[in-house]
This record gives sequence, structure tokens and C-alpha cells, in this order.
Amino acid sequence: MPLPDAEALCAELVKKLRPVVTAATAMVGIHTGGAWLAERLHRELGLTVPLGRLDISFYRDDYAKSGLHKSVKASQIPFEVDGRHILLVDDVLYTGRTVRAAMNELFDYGRPESISLVALVDRGERELPICAQYCGATHAVPKGAMLRLHRDDSGRLALRLDA
Amino acid sequence: MRNPQLNARGELTHLLTLEGLPREIIVNILDTAASFVGVTERDVKKVPLLRGKSVFNLFFENSTRTRTTFEIAAKRLSADVINLNITTSSTQKGETLLDTVDNLSAMHADMFVVRHAQSGAAHMIARHVGPERHVINAGDGRHAHPTQGLLDAYTIRHYKRDFGALAVAIVGDILHSRVARSLIHALNILGTPEVRVIGPQTLMPAGVESLGVRVCHDMREGLAGVDAVVMLRLQSERMRGPLLPSAQEFFKYYGLTPDKLALAKPDAIVMHPGPMNRGIEIDSAVADGPRSVILPQVTFGIAVRMAVMSILGGT
Repeated sequence: MPLPDAEALCAELVKKLRPVVTAATAMVGIHTGGAWLAERLHRELGLTVPLGRLDISFYRDDYAKSGLHKSVKASQIPFEVDGRHILLVDDVLYTGRTVRAAMNELFDYGRPESISLVALVDRGERELPICAQYCGATHAVPKGAMLRLHRDDSGRLALRLDA
Repeated sequence: MRNPQLNARGELTHLLTLEGLPREIIVNILDTAASFVGVTERDVKKVPLLRGKSVFNLFFENSTRTRTTFEIAAKRLSADVINLNITTSSTQKGETLLDTVDNLSAMHADMFVVRHAQSGAAHMIARHVGPERHVINAGDGRHAHPTQGLLDAYTIRHYKRDFGALAVAIVGDILHSRVARSLIHALNILGTPEVRVIGPQTLMPAGVESLGVRVCHDMREGLAGVDAVVMLRLQSERMRGPLLPSAQEFFKYYGLTPDKLALAKPDAIVMHPGPMNRGIEIDSAVADGPRSVILPQVTFGIAVRMAVMSILGGT
């Protein structure tokens, strides 16, 4: 089965999100693919609260096994988290561990009113009780394969399966 | 022979000296530190990386600032920190260094931060404890003080961005300075084209040119056109005896005053590892002036030590 078209899924997410966002809605993208997707959604939805970005390397649960990731980016949350409705954005939802780490990190900035999860693709095989409230598509890929979002120089998004 | 700081996969597992470290390891430490600066500006200044780990600060030589910044760094990584002031404990009762380390390892120490008056002490401990425990050299004799060299490099990079076009002057007691040695190695590895050391002949180590630095005995020549000036502390015990006539005379020739700083580039930064002797190596007008980055150095030092601990702890 061919991979879904990321641009079409993006448009689909914009359609699903438009009725639920307000002037107070904040959005946070998870590095790297989730941040690209969030930049796009943030722009298309015309959100006014500045976009946040999280690098969850300092919160990963596999640190003891795999060590600290190289090229950690700084997380930036340019708004008050307390009392905020936050849309947390990632490109591919898989085990759920990244989302757990991202929520742990967000709570170190404050106590949000709510967090909803936005994912471009849900590839299944969850290891934690986490689900996306807004999802572009579900698409299973072989276990161990890496499904990733890529962005070319023109800003076009595409899904790719990396060995 | 393998670099004793690296494990079989080439990852940094102890930090003993910057000499001979691959450039990408140093750049990775500085990049990681930049991400930790953001953490230290939040309300909750902690991340969970070293949760459940124990960091032992072993200070066989006095230091308040370095010990405190290591302690803060470890606590911000959620580690438990145990401070041992060894000058007042077991070694006084005759215990050997390695016996002390074995006892602490039996208490499940995961990381040792070691300061010792003897060059090579941290190396010896690292060889002894093996790869499951990590050792950070927090200053050994005249040899090395790698986290200070890294935080100095971090500070220079923060203000000047690219090392590829910089001139950096290190001024004062080069002979006794492990800070100078570590910074020279860092600057060389990061590709700084011009590193100068300035000081009297009596405080210049023999053969220092072999480290790839230019030696100057005159501040006018040494400071001309530099981008960063690193002042070293003149230790009071050196001011007696044959190496130096007097503190006043040292200040006259090598103390950093606004007049002398005017020889450097107009946007040159002034650094000092602390603690400062005002009126001996640095004038208050410079130390408190607009080009001084001495206090930001302290803040960056915490982020750099968090980076080192979290990289070592993950190997």
C-alpha cells in the first residue's frame, strides 16, 4: 500500500482543526517532523499565540539505554502554559513514548488546561495508553521500519519509509 | 592506545582533559549546553535525565564556585549529590585515594567529580573504576580543568559565534594555570587561528609555543586587535618568592585596565575564571564594565556541566 500523501493529510487536519481553534489556542510541535507540521498548521489556521517547539531529548525514557541524543535543540515555549488549551503536534504517532515525554516536559513549564494530540499519521503499535484526538490517517508499516516526515527546500512535506 | 576518556564505541565516558578530544565531541557538548541554557531559564529548572543516580563531589582541594556549580548542575539533572570535603576526612586518617573511591563505589556512586592538587589524580580514578562509573576532572594540579575550558569556549562562541576568525589572548600566570592549558586545547581543536599567551617570563611554562600559541611579554603587543581577553587569577602564594617582585608591579605591567583594554578590538569581551583579585590582575572599571562577561561565564558554566554530565551518564 502506498504511503499517504502528507500534503493531503495536512489539508485534512486543517479542516478538522478549524472549527475547534480559538484566539486562545496554543500549538506546540515536537522536533523535528512535528515542528514542521506544526509550523504549517499554525500558519494555515492563522493562530495568534506564538508557536512552541519541544525537543524531548532531556525527557526520553530510553536515555539509560541509548544515551543522550546528538544535536539536541533547545525547546521554546514562548507563551504562558498555565491555563492554556494546547494542541500538541507530532508527525507520526507510534509507541506513544515521545508523546509521554513531551507531556512531562510541558508540565515543567506550567499546568495546561488541556492538551490534545494532533498527528499526521497513526502507525499503530502503541505501548502506552495514548491516542490522537486529531489524526490525518492510520497507516500500518512493518515493525522496526522508520516512518518519517521530510521537508524539501520549497517547504513541501512528504512521508518516507526509511530502513 | 585508546584515549582513556572514550569507550569502545568512541563515546565520551569520562572527561579528564580536552587534549586530544575529537572536535565533534567538543562541539556536541557546546550544542547540548546551549539547550540546557533554556532549561535553566524556566520556572522548573530540572530535567529527569539523572534521576536515581548519585554524583559524588570529591574535592581534595578547596573550591567553592566549581563545587557549587557542579552541585547545581547535577541537581538540575535530578541526580542525588553528595559533597565530600576530603581535606577534612578519611585521607587525614591515612586512607589512600583508591580506597576512598572503592568505598564510595560500594555506596553505589555513579559519577565522581574530582578535584585534586596532584596532576593525573582523575585519570588514576577513571582507570580504577572502569566504564560503569564516570569521572569528571574538576581540576588536577597544573594539568587540566576541562569543564572550565569548555565553558570559556562556550562563552566565546556565545558572543563571537565563529572561532575561525578569532584572536584570543590569555593573560597572567600561565605557568601554574590548568585553566589556560584546557582553554588552549579547546581553542586549538575548535580551529581558532590566533591564540596568544601574555605574561612575564617567570610565569610562562617552558616550551609553551609547542601548544600552538604566540608568546608575548608585553600587553600592548599581546592585546592588539584581539576579540577576547581571558584574565587568569594570580594566586597569592606566587606573589612571594622569586617569580614576581610584587602585586603592584604585576598590576602595572599585566593588570587589565581600561587603557590596556583599548588596544583590543572595540567589541572585545573580557573573561575571568574567578575568583578575581581586583587591583592585581584586573581593574574594577574593567571587571564591572560593559565588556565584562565574567558573570555570564558562571551561568554558562552550569549549562556546560549539565551537558557533560548528561552525555557521560548516557554511555
